[in-house]
Amino acid sequence: MSAIKVENLCCTYSPKTPFERHAVKNVSFEIKKGDFVGLIGHTGSGKSTLVQMLNGLIKPTSGDVYIDDVNLWENPKEIREFRFKVGLVFQYPEYQLFEETVYKDIAFGPSNMGLSEEEIRERVFRAAKFVGLDYKLLNKSPFDLSGGEKRRAAIAGVIAMDPQVLILDEPTAGLDPVGRNVLLSQISQYQKSRNNTVILVSHSMEDVARVTNKVMVMNKGELKMFDDTKKVFSNARELTQMGLRVPQITKVVESLRSRGVNLPDDILTVDRAVYEITELLKKEGKL
Amino acid sequence: MDFITAQNLVFRYIDEDDQQENIANTRNVLDDVSFTVEKGEFVALLGHNGCGKSTVAKHLNAMLLPSGGKLYVDSIDTTDESEDFAIRRKVGLVLQNPDNQLVASVVEEDVAFGPENLGVEPKEIRRRVDSALRAVDMYDYRNQPPHKLSGGQKQRVAIAGIIAMEPDCIVLDEPTAMLDPKGREEVMSTIKRLNKERGITIVLITHYMDEAVDADRVIVMDEGKVLTSGTPQEVFSQVELLKRHRLDVPQVTELCYKLKARGVNIDTLSLHSDECIKKLLEVLL
Repeated sequence: MSAIKVENLCCTYSPKTPFERHAVKNVSFEIKKGDFVGLIGHTGSGKSTLVQMLNGLIKPTSGDVYIDDVNLWENPKEIREFRFKVGLVFQYPEYQLFEETVYKDIAFGPSNMGLSEEEIRERVFRAAKFVGLDYKLLNKSPFDLSGGEKRRAAIAGVIAMDPQVLILDEPTAGLDPVGRNVLLSQISQYQKSRNNTVILVSHSMEDVARVTNKVMVMNKGELKMFDDTKKVFSNARELTQMGLRVPQITKVVESLRSRGVNLPDDILTVDRAVYEITELLKKEGKL
Repeated sequence: MDFITAQNLVFRYIDEDDQQENIANTRNVLDDVSFTVEKGEFVALLGHNGCGKSTVAKHLNAMLLPSGGKLYVDSIDTTDESEDFAIRRKVGLVLQNPDNQLVASVVEEDVAFGPENLGVEPKEIRRRVDSALRAVDMYDYRNQPPHKLSGGQKQRVAIAGIIAMEPDCIVLDEPTAMLDPKGREEVMSTIKRLNKERGITIVLITHYMDEAVDADRVIVMDEGKVLTSGTPQEVFSQVELLKRHRLDVPQVTELCYKLKARGVNIDTLSLHSDECIKKLLEVLL
């Protein structure tokens, strides 16, 4: 079953004016339930427009979006339901915190879904746990938290709605390396334990290579690649032409392979490279 | 010669309502920070979120003033208010989000904004704007509206706006955090070129370790103090120390480090891909 299906999706800004711009051009794809998809592409490639069409924040100029096989725009009055099904975490979500306490802020989404107090409470605590937010912080003002904590609180607010699809736009931008790794692991754990669909929009090829199993590549409004993460990152030349890169480690391994070192062609992380290189040395009796 | 000298710098935010009671409880954001930056040097400033890096950056052009200790820019004490403008002319600041730094509706007008405010002659402004746009490789876009540019291009226009004021030093606070890989490369090569060709002193704050490997010197901050400093090779060889303090090393350095720990014959930890590849080929072939 597909969690998201998109057919011939187009989005044109300011149509029929001198400022007409085709942000998304004829994009079709299908994402299965439980997939962790990375969405990469240069600035202005249409990533943000695309994800906003997936929960109905932007109405496509033409084409269709299906969530769980239901057409998003079939009944425009029901569009609100899809905002709970497809949770979107914007870039720098910490700027959207507004409530008196962190608890109330995380509870805002579930409260709007008409759930009972008890259910809301349970969801707030569960979401806080998922993003690694200390329960002690729930009674504080969101404005007293550190940058990293604010980011977690904002993400928890979307997770608390228990969306079937979670979309995160650059969730790690501006975080330090450890903050970045911890947040990614938590999202990864959340995805595995709920078997939900997650879409990660990112400019960090290293992050995408580490946690996703599929990658979509957008270029100038078109979907250029959609394949297993390993396969996408084996196209270094095409990615570079589109203003993207492959992870540093993948480039190094590729270079070693081209000079005759017998390593696999699908290495995306440092730990895997360490393992494969030591195995190779052992096999050749050099270690 | 030292261009920037920080001597036992201390900074704390003071709550204006109850200054007296709270002073004892306020944590020092900067706590006895001392360092120097030489004229023409390229220094990278690293540290986890909240370690005080950006607070240091704001001291460098007198946007914040020390609560204790001294900060000298080109031998001028930043607490001397009459010198504020002189200091800001010497040190330009570039921030993370390019959209918050562009003010005009045409690229060249945006770059002219700084020198106009300095009261520079129109003819001279024209010359500086052209020269600044060429320096960041954006001259061909001079008549474009900034919102039509990519992130990397916008950030380079922001840098041109600073260059047009002809500063001696540019401080960049995570200038690539919001950019795509190509934009990051464009901005980084622009920064390096300005440093090499025009001798502009660079202080670069970043969370991307691979951007710090080409600096002359790396300063690592932690909890408002200087944790360690040295050449990139010296600093990034201390893998455990950096990881303990929420930082990282470039992927190739980590690869060398982990292979070495497993007994592979690697003497120094490479910072660049080429170096790492060469070393691995020696071991593997």
